[in-house]
Amino acid sequence: MGLVISTEHLTYTYSPGTPFEKVAVNDVSLTIGSGEMVGVIGHTGSGKSTLIQHLNGLLKPTSGRILLDGRDIWGEGVKIRDVRFNVGLVFQYPEYQLFEETVYKDIAFGPKNMGLDDKEIDKRVHEAAEFAGLSPELLDKSPFELSGGQKRRAAIAGVIAMEPKILILDEPAAGLDPRGRNRILNQIREYHAFTGNTVLLVSHSMEDVANFADKILVMSNAKVFAYDTVENVFARSEELRQIGLSVPQVTNVFHRLLADGLDVPKNVYTVGYAKKKLLRILQGGEDSE
Amino acid sequence: MIRDITIGQYFPGHSPVHRMDPRMKLILTIFYIVVLFFVSNPFGFIPAVFFLVCCYRVARIPVKMIAKSIKPILPIIIFTGILNLLFITGESVIFTFGPVHVSWQGIYTSVKMALRLILLIAGTSLMTYTTSPIALTDAIEQLLSPLKVVHFPAHELAMMMSIALRFIPTLVEETDKIMSAQKARGADMESGGLIQRAKSLIPVMIPLFISAFRRAEELALAMECRCYHGGEGRTRMKQLRYTRLDFTALGISVLLLAVIIALNLIPMPFLDWLI
Repeated sequence: MGLVISTEHLTYTYSPGTPFEKVAVNDVSLTIGSGEMVGVIGHTGSGKSTLIQHLNGLLKPTSGRILLDGRDIWGEGVKIRDVRFNVGLVFQYPEYQLFEETVYKDIAFGPKNMGLDDKEIDKRVHEAAEFAGLSPELLDKSPFELSGGQKRRAAIAGVIAMEPKILILDEPAAGLDPRGRNRILNQIREYHAFTGNTVLLVSHSMEDVANFADKILVMSNAKVFAYDTVENVFARSEELRQIGLSVPQVTNVFHRLLADGLDVPKNVYTVGYAKKKLLRILQGGEDSE
Repeated sequence: MIRDITIGQYFPGHSPVHRMDPRMKLILTIFYIVVLFFVSNPFGFIPAVFFLVCCYRVARIPVKMIAKSIKPILPIIIFTGILNLLFITGESVIFTFGPVHVSWQGIYTSVKMALRLILLIAGTSLMTYTTSPIALTDAIEQLLSPLKVVHFPAHELAMMMSIALRFIPTLVEETDKIMSAQKARGADMESGGLIQRAKSLIPVMIPLFISAFRRAEELALAMECRCYHGGEGRTRMKQLRYTRLDFTALGISVLLLAVIIALNLIPMPFLDWLI
């Protein structure tokens, strides 16, 4: 019972008619199927942040449409708040939006805005906290007493508590130490596996995207450069390099090994898979799969 | 959208007015305001208006910008105009209605006041159109620095002003971001009564204050790391220097004052019924 979200010729222009006019998203048409885990990559200023803010109706397209299960979200009879409850958006550095006295109340802010009753809110807050990896005793603390990573998880829980069918996270791991980073990304993976909801993960790290996503959306110069499976996107490594992006480091290593005449596969994106392949080659090339 | 708000009204350019020393611009703006109050007969306004229009031409600021700067205070101009019109008692009464007398003197005074207000705003706007806020703070600091003798914190005041100006766009952007984040959680900021709306601002104001304090702390730390210790012994990269341009402008302004005083002194018996 997931939702399919799609855009049709979506275009957005900042400050039209002034010297600061800038096309941030240019004629983007794509469909994100229900339950998919999509990694979104692109440079700063490539339009990815603008694009995701369209998906939950924070920005209104200059032209084009956004369809949620086939219905135009700016069409007649569609409440934009309902769209926002269905498409949860976690901004970059979401810990800066915490404001309540306790973590519990802050997570409850979204569900409360949905008009749910106290029992349901309580259930959702606890579930969301668990998904985000926040231990229950933290719920009564002030959000400002938490550590950076905990704050980030509390803010993410605040969006998860609305139980959106589509969850969009803008660089959820930015600025965290490696441990906090892994923790958040693993939690997101678990959330995706458990709920089966659609997840969009904006990231600068090719490694993260390769590890977590099924499909990759590459934005470049306000346009969709590629939208395909991880394998197909990283197979275009030369083109990616030309637009200033890269492929995971381990993929580069394998491409070099290949160039040096070693018989290794080309489609290696994660360290785990690379290890398996290398061990097999070192052990004499028998296939143990 | 909130980010479309422009702060200040500086129009970058390279005209002689732009190139003038900001201190001189500040002094001459005050001088012009004083001159406006010297005008005591209708002909005095002719050089005053002429002078200002010429300044706008030289600065290459479209004259229609004057209209834009006057718009916010239009209600005040109209209000004082009507008050003067109705309650100035003069001899050449046109008609009387209860306590209200409309006289030629009343009309004259209200037109004079309105004109004076318009020129005043247009004159000061010219300064802000042609001077960047930073240059203006520099000028204020320099002009107030003699007061340091009596322990007036001129440098600190100017520093606070420039920091405040510098952070306005940052805070606007931050507000925008926080509002979007709360809207994404279903916050409703557009509907409801006054109290409801004020309440709906809490989720925006609290994060905004926290971030402002955080920024202030970071900035203070960064300044300290670079050994900032107030204005004492501090030199500046852009030295303000009066040039021939500034003295020319001063000369023209003094000439304007002279012309207006001369016009005041010329006897004009044919205007007696009006003044």
